Amino acid sequence: MTEASLYFLQQIINGLTIGSTYALIAIGYTMVYGIIGMINFAHGEIYMIGSYVAFIVITGLLGMGMVALPVVLFIALVVAMVVASSYGWAIERVAYRPLRGSNRLIALISAIGMSIFLQNYVVLAQGSRDVAMPPLVSGSLVEFGSLETFQVTISWMQLLIWVVTLISMTVLTLFISRSRMGRACRACAEDIGMTNLLGIDTNRIIAMTFVIGAALAAVAGLLLGLYYGVVNPFIGFIAGLKAFTAAVLGGIGSIPGAMLGGLILGVTEALTAAYFPSEYKDVVAFSLLVLILLFRPTGILGKPEVEKV
Amino acid sequence: MRGTLYNAVFAAGITLVLTCLMLGVQLNAEGTALTVQGADAERWIWIIAGIALVFFVQLFSPQIDAFFGRMPKPNLAALKPEESKWRVIKPWAFSALIVGMLIWPFMVSRGAVDLATLTLIYIMLGLGLNIVVGLAGLLDLGYVAFYAVGAYTYALLSEYFGLSFWVCLPIAAMLAAFFGFILGFPVLRLRGDYLAIVTLGFGEIIRILLNNWTDLTGGPNGISGIEKPTLFGLEFSRRVSEGSQSFHEFFGIDYDSSQKVIFLYLIAVVLVLIVLYLINRLMRMPIGRAWEALREDEIACRSLGLNRTVIKLSAFTLGASTAGFAGCFFAARQGFISPESFIFIESAIILAIVVLGGMGSQVGVICAAIVMTILPELAREFSEYRMLMFGLLMVLMMRWRPQGLVPMKRPHLELKQQ
Amino acid sequence: MSQLLLDVNELTMRFGGLLAVNEVNLKVKNRQIVSIIGPNGAGKTTVFNCLSGFYIPTDGSILFRGEQLAGLKDFQISRKGLVRTFQHVRLFKRMTVIENMLVAQHRHLNTNLLSGMLKTPGYKRLEQEAMDRAIYWLEEVDLLEHANREAGYLAYGQQRKLEIARCMVTQPELLMLDEPAAGLNPKETKELDELIIRLRDEHEISVLLIEHDMGLVMGISDHIYVIAQGTPLADGSPMDVKENPDVIKAYLGES
Repeated sequence: MTEASLYFLQQIINGLTIGSTYALIAIGYTMVYGIIGMINFAHGEIYMIGSYVAFIVITGLLGMGMVALPVVLFIALVVAMVVASSYGWAIERVAYRPLRGSNRLIALISAIGMSIFLQNYVVLAQGSRDVAMPPLVSGSLVEFGSLETFQVTISWMQLLIWVVTLISMTVLTLFISRSRMGRACRACAEDIGMTNLLGIDTNRIIAMTFVIGAALAAVAGLLLGLYYGVVNPFIGFIAGLKAFTAAVLGGIGSIPGAMLGGLILGVTEALTAAYFPSEYKDVVAFSLLVLILLFRPTGILGKPEVEKV
Repeated sequence: MRGTLYNAVFAAGITLVLTCLMLGVQLNAEGTALTVQGADAERWIWIIAGIALVFFVQLFSPQIDAFFGRMPKPNLAALKPEESKWRVIKPWAFSALIVGMLIWPFMVSRGAVDLATLTLIYIMLGLGLNIVVGLAGLLDLGYVAFYAVGAYTYALLSEYFGLSFWVCLPIAAMLAAFFGFILGFPVLRLRGDYLAIVTLGFGEIIRILLNNWTDLTGGPNGISGIEKPTLFGLEFSRRVSEGSQSFHEFFGIDYDSSQKVIFLYLIAVVLVLIVLYLINRLMRMPIGRAWEALREDEIACRSLGLNRTVIKLSAFTLGASTAGFAGCFFAARQGFISPESFIFIESAIILAIVVLGGMGSQVGVICAAIVMTILPELAREFSEYRMLMFGLLMVLMMRWRPQGLVPMKRPHLELKQQ
Repeated sequence: MSQLLLDVNELTMRFGGLLAVNEVNLKVKNRQIVSIIGPNGAGKTTVFNCLSGFYIPTDGSILFRGEQLAGLKDFQISRKGLVRTFQHVRLFKRMTVIENMLVAQHRHLNTNLLSGMLKTPGYKRLEQEAMDRAIYWLEEVDLLEHANREAGYLAYGQQRKLEIARCMVTQPELLMLDEPAAGLNPKETKELDELIIRLRDEHEISVLLIEHDMGLVMGISDHIYVIAQGTPLADGSPMDVKENPDVIKAYLGES
């Protein structure tokens, strides 16, 4: 294989890696939007908090002398998911539920306020500077190509990300399609008024949606935290915007859409960063967002809405 | 009672989960290593206090709600005197206010005047965004981009073509309006929340471009040495550049640095008055009525032959041009601009000013701008908590008073009976 | 023979798999009152939505004074002289009655910002003309005394009348009324009756209405179209339609 195509392949691999984490965060946006029609502006901050908690637990456990890395990571994952879910639940309860039924503008402003609050809360709690962690999962699994042209590597970290996101999405899909709760979630997304009339406690379902989204965001937080090795209170903003782009790209309200959108966005970003000046990488995400909303707001897998008069 | 107790315990438990790690444990970077350390006692006291607060609030929530329900809601509009008396007083009140604003700076410190100028900038921005959000009902989260366009327009035109501040003012406004048109045209047919996100995206794109197009904009270092405005060619500095005269020389007085500050303040006052006049005229013109109608019922508007895109565009463009106006002045006042001044948080602050002030109400926006700018100065010790409080305030306001401090009372067109 | 004002042929509207309107034909001449009746859910409002441009019809042709309307946007169609009211009154509730009337005339006013700022004579003249037209129509529907009240505070019957007056002030040629008598008491229905006839006779416009109130329909219609489940069932004069067995079956079911 030529050098150029090897390089290209590497970008695809990198893109799919990042993209799957975007997908995890995007699911949170898409589920909430699908069920109550609002953009949870503070969702990016939940991802950020998940990252921080993961860092804290990992550093703490390693500091206490625990050596088995898989165990440390697993505990960190669980704790991050629990804490992030609590934040998700609390946010819904405090900032969104009382506004149920108000117009969208008001709910969005409340969400923005919440996002600002959480960012600055973390600034006060943990400082505004970058917190860096030495790489824990290193080395690569696969390398091919040769040293003369270009070496394509899939690192253990990337593999870890793929495996964990795959498991998470599978669990989620099974939950949504097979379990009673999942059925209730789907019913609420279809017609919440009717579901309520059928006796299902829609408040609990909505809360559960936030909790699930937050848990997945925490998973992404752990994975990306390990991948980049750095967190700061402001990573939620950009990540949130990109994940939202992914959700819209795939079709807001559709979970498979969020997954697809995440992957597409990740690959597009990686290719842009590789072949153009990398500072413009973020511009790609935002431009993609603008373009989709202009030309196909329902996204790839979404259904067009019909207005009734 | 048992239900409430359960709620209280649950809520307290959640609060514990929320805070024990994020607040209770601190990540410390020591060299290249990372450690965690339990937070100091003071923090833990805050945590425990917080948990206790949540517990008791939940426990007594019905009583608390009842208490707040009985409290009269603050209504600043009630401070206004009765309609007929107001009509008589109004011209005098406004004249007194304007005279006061013109005289005041000569009697106070430089710092106060400088702060007032900053407030006036935010008032201008708030009024501009008010057209978009409050009058036309379009949520624009990327407003700061137009502010940036205005600022960079003046900076670049002054640096490369030597154009003066006064010439650049209308150019900046028009260029910002142009950007507003370009952005608005494809985007305004989108639904409310999508529109918000798209405008946010645009704002970020502009900021990233400003940050990276170093050849043109100076990149992260920005542009410095921007010319200050002059009064008919008279400069307000101690020593002047070749060929021009200085203000203090011309009038034969001593140089005083406060002259420059007061001059800038007075310019700001004039600009704000112009903006206020324009907006008030607009609200009484067909376009102002169309904005309100569009906000109320877009489908009815369409069925009456109103082209909603054109109407929304006019609001968007006018709002953008106001931001361009303010940006030009901002660049002139600072002498230095960089992309750091045009981050999303600024858009959020201006949005908060509009929302807290009462969407649509100009008086409200002015009050909110004053509060937002001056309060952090007064409460210096709390400046760390400024943004935190700001976010919290937004959430709380939406819950308890979404109409803002001074809910808008539109001037209704009255049919005079013959 | 008077040329057709509105000539609708094989109008079809499909939403995914649902065929809401199935090859409906309608003809409205000048100075005619035409009614569309049919059981609930028959697709009558959908027909209106297609005619007014709120939906883009899947198929069919809509000729208005010989000009093809199908595919145009709603505000473009209203500007050509075809306006409509809605099943649920859509007034600008927080604006006053007179302001509602002025907003409707938006495109007849000078919307040039500079003229407005400077209050040029041309601008003021157009404002005055719009005001005069507004006053005229408010008198026609007997709402002038409420001119300065917020539209939301009017009684329901008055709101209905205001909606019609607001349409009329745009100087249309065809007025489409969607269930104008819904929720009105007998006295108000009679006033509505007389108003529609006046619109046809004195103001020389045509009226196309969807209605369930048979008294109103039979009393004032020049021609009636019956639609059931999106498909044309019958049409003709009130006498013809009243005695048409298919129509009776559609409304009352099989005996």
